[in-house]
Amino acid sequence: MNIIEIVFYVFALIIIVSAMGVVFSHKLMYSAFSLLFTFFGVAGIYVLLNADFLAVVQIMIYVGGILVLIIFGIMLTTKVTDVESISGSTGKLIYLSSAIVSAILFLVLVYMFNTSNWNVYTTPYRETTLDMLGNALLTKYVLTFFMAAILLLVAFIGAAFIAKKGK
Amino acid sequence: MIPVGLNHFLILSAILFSLGIFGIATRKNAIMILMSIELILNSANINFVAFSKFNGFNIDGQIAALFVIILAAAEVAIALAIVLNIYQNYKHIDVDEIDNLKE
Repeated sequence: MNIIEIVFYVFALIIIVSAMGVVFSHKLMYSAFSLLFTFFGVAGIYVLLNADFLAVVQIMIYVGGILVLIIFGIMLTTKVTDVESISGSTGKLIYLSSAIVSAILFLVLVYMFNTSNWNVYTTPYRETTLDMLGNALLTKYVLTFFMAAILLLVAFIGAAFIAKKGK
Repeated sequence: MIPVGLNHFLILSAILFSLGIFGIATRKNAIMILMSIELILNSANINFVAFSKFNGFNIDGQIAALFVIILAAAEVAIALAIVLNIYQNYKHIDVDEIDNLKE
């Protein structure tokens, strides 16, 4: 068992356990904190897959931005110290049937992944992918890049406008 | 034990995806549903990056993952603004009981 496998299994364990914590825990705050560990685990998987820039972006945007927004959303819409912040699940029938449906979905996905013939070929180790990312973003994907910038601007202006109190 | 290859990452993302689907289906709180959507987006991102690596460093996969992260940031900002507005009107964010459009 070499070091890559150990690192992979450690991060996979972190991701799966904390994702189950997100889905199954009864308090919203606990779910949000489990989500933190999921995001860090996914960042570790990115590092393992030689996507160094994406790992940093994952930590900066998901942990630094999205998670803080979600925690603010929880604190603004529920009373955290109260019993009110229980995340509220649906009835037993829906719980059971959606468990069955998602288990079937998982089995179908695993079956598809195992039976399809991926065209896998690996290249030798690369130090960084940052130069390739920058080249692709400013040549092949330059239009998409600008569209994403405009979309972010419009989305944030729209969000501020929607959340404005007393129109 | 099999060496860690493409399939390991794909199965990890499948686990994350089905957990996210389960969370969306069973929870009633709007913010809980948002968090499950984030799980699903992360699982898609793991797939993109894994295919990018195991196809000889095809950088297109990482670009797609980057745009997914950008869209997730925009999505969560809009969604939380809507959730705050719903909370001001209804005093709760229970998605099962917000059914004014049905009548």
